Amino acid sequence: MKLRDLLHFSLRTITSYPARSFLIMLAMALGVAAVIILTALGDGARQYVVNEFSSIGTNLIIVLPGRAETAGSFPGAVMGQTPRDLTLEDAHWVGRLPQVRRYAPLNVGVAELSATGKLREVTLMGTTAEIFPIRHMKLAQGRFLSHSGENSAQIVLGAKIAQEFFPDGNALGQRVRLGDRRFLVTGIMAVQGESMGFNSDELVIIPIQHAQTLLNTTSLFRLLIETRHHNEIENAKEAIHQALIRRHDGEDDVTVIAHDAVLATFDRILRALTLGVAGIAVISLAVAGILVMNVMLVSVSQRTAEIGLLKAIGTPASAIRHIFMAEAVWLSVTGAFAGFVLGQAGSWLLRLAYPLLPAWPPLWANFAGIAVAVLAGVLAGLLPAIRAAKLDPVMALSKR
Amino acid sequence: MIQLSGITRIFHMGDQAIHALDHIDLTIESGEYVSIMGPSGSGKSTLLNVIGLLDRPDSGHYLLDGRNVTDLSETEQAQVRREKIGFVFQSFHLIPRLTAAENIELPLILTGMPPADRKIRIMETLQAFNLSDRAHHRPAELSGGQRQRVAIARATILRPTALLADEPTGNLDHRIGSEVAALLEALNQTGTTLIVVTHDRELGSRARRRIAMRDGQIDVDER
Repeated sequence: MKLRDLLHFSLRTITSYPARSFLIMLAMALGVAAVIILTALGDGARQYVVNEFSSIGTNLIIVLPGRAETAGSFPGAVMGQTPRDLTLEDAHWVGRLPQVRRYAPLNVGVAELSATGKLREVTLMGTTAEIFPIRHMKLAQGRFLSHSGENSAQIVLGAKIAQEFFPDGNALGQRVRLGDRRFLVTGIMAVQGESMGFNSDELVIIPIQHAQTLLNTTSLFRLLIETRHHNEIENAKEAIHQALIRRHDGEDDVTVIAHDAVLATFDRILRALTLGVAGIAVISLAVAGILVMNVMLVSVSQRTAEIGLLKAIGTPASAIRHIFMAEAVWLSVTGAFAGFVLGQAGSWLLRLAYPLLPAWPPLWANFAGIAVAVLAGVLAGLLPAIRAAKLDPVMALSKR
Repeated sequence: MIQLSGITRIFHMGDQAIHALDHIDLTIESGEYVSIMGPSGSGKSTLLNVIGLLDRPDSGHYLLDGRNVTDLSETEQAQVRREKIGFVFQSFHLIPRLTAAENIELPLILTGMPPADRKIRIMETLQAFNLSDRAHHRPAELSGGQRQRVAIARATILRPTALLADEPTGNLDHRIGSEVAALLEALNQTGTTLIVVTHDRELGSRARRRIAMRDGQIDVDER
């Protein structure tokens, strides 16, 4: 029996039982669609987090004051000393290391902003001009501290703040009051939306020295450092850590995080999560496979007389096996492709409903979904096909 | 030519052994017209199944056209059935979801014949069996006589040497039954060996050679 005839013959059988075939295909399709949509969701979440992290640079090192882990008491604790602050001087010191391309000390706080008779509370960020390249932020108008040494009372307004206070768009050059100090508006940030929990549209940026005075602190909130090369990050991290320990009289009281490592960890966790949900979805494919087997077994017993006839007209056992296998393959392949389409449509709807989530099913999930479905179908067809081929022709023919 | 010697077929029912065929010796020449009659359980259908290689005897030898076919593998037996034997059944055994033409086409598909050649062959066969206007009807849309004509067309499209009919008129009324019998006899006229198993005395008596069976043995063999 030629392959073409085989496929045609089994297709005729499938189309002769439309309800039955449709239901099996539906089961297969839902399984494949589940794999695709769930992995799209998982991978979308991963991509979302990775994008969020990447938006603040990949060769980024973050220094935090204090230790990140609990490790016994440090010598100073006995004398009632708290860990040393991470100061602006520390930042400048680290900035001189050869591995550092640029750095931005950071202080964050809340203050009242008033201008043109309006008043509101804003999040303020004290930093240097270097923050813009490091965090990939952009100014829509004006500029900020043309060089990092400068210390004039300048302020950059977030896009939304500027819009609120100066709806006419003439914010540049205006004077505003932040806390108890007056600042000259020299720049407006471009609309960027939320990133890492910060909405830069509702932020104001002032020089670090002014921020420290305003917030009455000498300790930095963070120190962001961009290394020269991505592959230098481990080395730079170590050098920065050692430099700070030296400056703090041998006290290890800062935490140095390679931003990359955080990213990699999130990436790993979310990948594992995606695989997990894909695994759960694959179970539904196995169930669909069992359904195919069940229906094929019923089909064999319903068509016993037909199998007897096929044997009587000289169909070899191998061809009978092939006929039933081909039916299982038809059902699972069409089901799998219907599921593929369904899955793509589902992920599209997800992306429509949650535009922030890049819910694209990963390529491997598309292939794996279809491959597992077809494999399940073939395996499910095997037993019924063997059973059909083994039927005794005389017994089979006597059945009506 | 069909040569059976010492063919025995035993069925087990519980602890009882039933000799459906008990040392049958039978020779049927090519082109013969044989009827096999006998009461239920006399072994006539089993004999037909053994001749048609659907059933294996427990002992004995079967030579078909000089070749020992008793010990062939299943695949080889399938090939012999395809090439040399045509079956006609009481209940027609047409595949309900296929049209008349497609049912007739089945044996051709098994041989791997190209579709274009098949088409010509089917057209000719439909014409010969006066079924041209029924080609695209499904069995459920055909009368009993038409169904049996389709079944006979399917059995003979590969021009087998032997046509084995098991109660071919059993599901048909008298008039249609004799038409079908006449059709089978016409095929016999062209040289095909025809073996008919039947209860029907009238049909059985039409054969040139009449065999009567009883308890797995040949009781009467008259020509």
